[in-house]
Amino acid sequence: MAPPRRLAPTDGRIDVRKTYKLYIGGVFPRSESGRSYVVATPDGTPIANAPRASRKDLRDAVRAARKAADGWAAKTAMNRGQVLYRVAELMEGRRDQFVAEVAQAEGVRDPRARELVGRAIDRWVWYAGWADKIAQVLGSSNPVAAPYFNFTIPEPTGVVGIVAPETSSLLGLVSRLAPPLVVGNAVVVIASESRPLPAVTLTEVLATSDVPGGVVNLVTGFRSELVPVLAGHADVDALDTWGVPDAMRTEVETLAADNVKRLSRRSTRTAEARFDWLDDRATERPEWIAAFLEMKTVWHPIGV
Amino acid sequence: MPGMTTEAKNAVARTGDKAPASWGLGDGQAIPWEYSPAPESRDVVTIEDRYGLFIGGREIEASDGKTFVTVNPATEEPLAQVARATPQDIDKAVRAARRAQTRVWGRLPGKERAKYLYRIARILQERSREFAVLETMDSGKPIKESRDVDIPLAAAHFWYYAGWADKLEYAFPGRVARPLGVAAQVIPWNFPLLMLSWKIAPALAAGNTVVLKPASTTPLSALLFADVCRQAELPAGVVNIVPGPGEIGMHLVTHPDVDKVAFTGSTEIGKKIAKGVAGTDKGLTLELGGKAANIVFDDAPLDQAVEGIVNGIYFNQGEVCCAGSRLLVQESIAGPLIDKLKDRLSTIRVGDPLDKNTDVGAINSKAQLEKITELVEAGKSEGAEFYQPACDLPERGYFFRPTLFTNVAQSHRIAQEEIFGPVLSVLTFRTPEEAVEKANNTPYGLSAGIWTDKGSRILAMAKRMKAGVVWANTFNRFDPTSPFGGYKESGFGREGGMHGLHAYVRLEDR
Repeated sequence: MAPPRRLAPTDGRIDVRKTYKLYIGGVFPRSESGRSYVVATPDGTPIANAPRASRKDLRDAVRAARKAADGWAAKTAMNRGQVLYRVAELMEGRRDQFVAEVAQAEGVRDPRARELVGRAIDRWVWYAGWADKIAQVLGSSNPVAAPYFNFTIPEPTGVVGIVAPETSSLLGLVSRLAPPLVVGNAVVVIASESRPLPAVTLTEVLATSDVPGGVVNLVTGFRSELVPVLAGHADVDALDTWGVPDAMRTEVETLAADNVKRLSRRSTRTAEARFDWLDDRATERPEWIAAFLEMKTVWHPIGV
Repeated sequence: MPGMTTEAKNAVARTGDKAPASWGLGDGQAIPWEYSPAPESRDVVTIEDRYGLFIGGREIEASDGKTFVTVNPATEEPLAQVARATPQDIDKAVRAARRAQTRVWGRLPGKERAKYLYRIARILQERSREFAVLETMDSGKPIKESRDVDIPLAAAHFWYYAGWADKLEYAFPGRVARPLGVAAQVIPWNFPLLMLSWKIAPALAAGNTVVLKPASTTPLSALLFADVCRQAELPAGVVNIVPGPGEIGMHLVTHPDVDKVAFTGSTEIGKKIAKGVAGTDKGLTLELGGKAANIVFDDAPLDQAVEGIVNGIYFNQGEVCCAGSRLLVQESIAGPLIDKLKDRLSTIRVGDPLDKNTDVGAINSKAQLEKITELVEAGKSEGAEFYQPACDLPERGYFFRPTLFTNVAQSHRIAQEEIFGPVLSVLTFRTPEEAVEKANNTPYGLSAGIWTDKGSRILAMAKRMKAGVVWANTFNRFDPTSPFGGYKESGFGREGGMHGLHAYVRLEDR
């Protein structure tokens, strides 16, 4: 492996390199398989080794998510909003690191990387604010023709699997991760296979925020190996397939049907690589949150 | 009468018999009177010998001329020959729907669409008795229910969604709601016209056109609805109706020119349909099976709860996806509640669905009767305690006595599988935690019931139910304004209410 490209200028000292790890249940394990793969820049320069998660790692991640899901959903909406807002605060503090990593991962110049990172932080703030509002926008009280107070409230679906966008390493990930999180789902993310490093750094931010361990779990590795396991896992309630390669789409959706998973998918006419994640109108949508909500209707009797 | 076995006495309550305690006649009193037959007149509806497909506003024969017979499950007599749609007919129907969507219906202002839907609602009200009798004859459900529940609710659904057609911008603030195009809709046999209305009303309100496949055992009310469309002068091709077997439904939902698929039926078929649309851009909503828990706490008003339990599981012969098929009783009141329940069962009248006094009608088909029988046998052999009240069943037709199993374990098939028949499994619990755990211990999540006098407990329990509809001190209530649909393997998407529109629109930026 060629020496990695430096993220930041050094002053002649030998820098301490980072070991990239999985993030499962609030801790940073290596893959139980002991495998890794080389992550390179778009022009082919190797950057680092990333863990190549196994099916077992992914199943561990689902178990961690299930364990954390109820507690996260039970937090008050405002508290969840504040916890997620704090993630944005911490991202802001690590902004230079993210800019360097995104520039390297996506092969873009610094000003462009700066725009992508800034927007990722802003998007996180936009979604965090929905925590205590979405129920008022998507819920309803229903004027039934009988003596009942009838109301409909949104609840989190549970455990959400996310196949992160392959090309947009941070902004795309944040745009898909924040919507299910803000309403109380626990998630398992398969990071971009070719550009996973900004995602790993994001998990380091999450680990030092107040997001409870297990609420977000992230693995790096090969999609061909991991995506079918996530899609077919019986304890995953919903699946975000934005990052699923077109060639795998039918297989993934077929596997997902086995336990009636809710699917959040992009149109087949939308090419993931050309999607404009900087377009706020296209990416800041309550519908993206609603895809990971269940509507519960309650008939409460009225009487003296 | 608790404790009396089926074999012991094979009779309905007759003059001179000992009256059940719930009749309030005093201990050991004899029944002073019996019910006389009160049949609803069949004359109100004309059943044709032969029905065609309804495509492009016209009634046509199937491309291969084949038909199938629909049977009255209460008499096993054939009612009519119905055209059996072929794949070519599905092509034709989808083409007709597409043409109507792009040329007429999709261009029509919401205000105009609304007026057509209001017309349909009014005509359904005007012809309600005709529909009720037809529905009862084709499906076996009691006339009391088709007359008082199915048909009025079906009309109400059209009425409700009519008003949304020109107000979509208020349902989706900040967005423009566009129709998806052609909707393929497959509905079950338990509430034929009501399910048709749940499917067609929101689809049309949002500007879509539809191809609907009714269940093969209950096609007649959908075909009579075709006549309502004609009376309403609904533009040709907006509604197309293609009766046929399950395979033709699968052909319809996988048709490449269909934009949206909506299915109500079993979880098994729902999964097949989800696989059938995998990899496409088709929108999908599924309303699938259930195994609802009806939870009765020790402070519940017992008599009211007994009525609710009976309505929860014996309504429509228990052929209801959201039926309260698992009764969870708090242990301290299990004895008295089960006694009251058995007492109440002895007064349930099973028989001619057209009789206005009938509570439980005919099972929809022979196949369904066999499935119920099989699961009840499984319940017996797995060790649950079996109870049926004494009652005469008609000699012909598919009938099944209201059935109660006590001492049911969670692992029993009758506690796990959807029976879709008048069979109640009783389990007990001690603490609210145990009730929650047992209630949610199923892959399904359609509905739940909670019986308690305490309002705060209702809301606390409702929050913990993994179910899309929670009824408190009531059960099996429906309303067009009230969203309905499942959690987990009971499906996704909602029907009814403002939420019911979501499944039929594509949202664009302003």
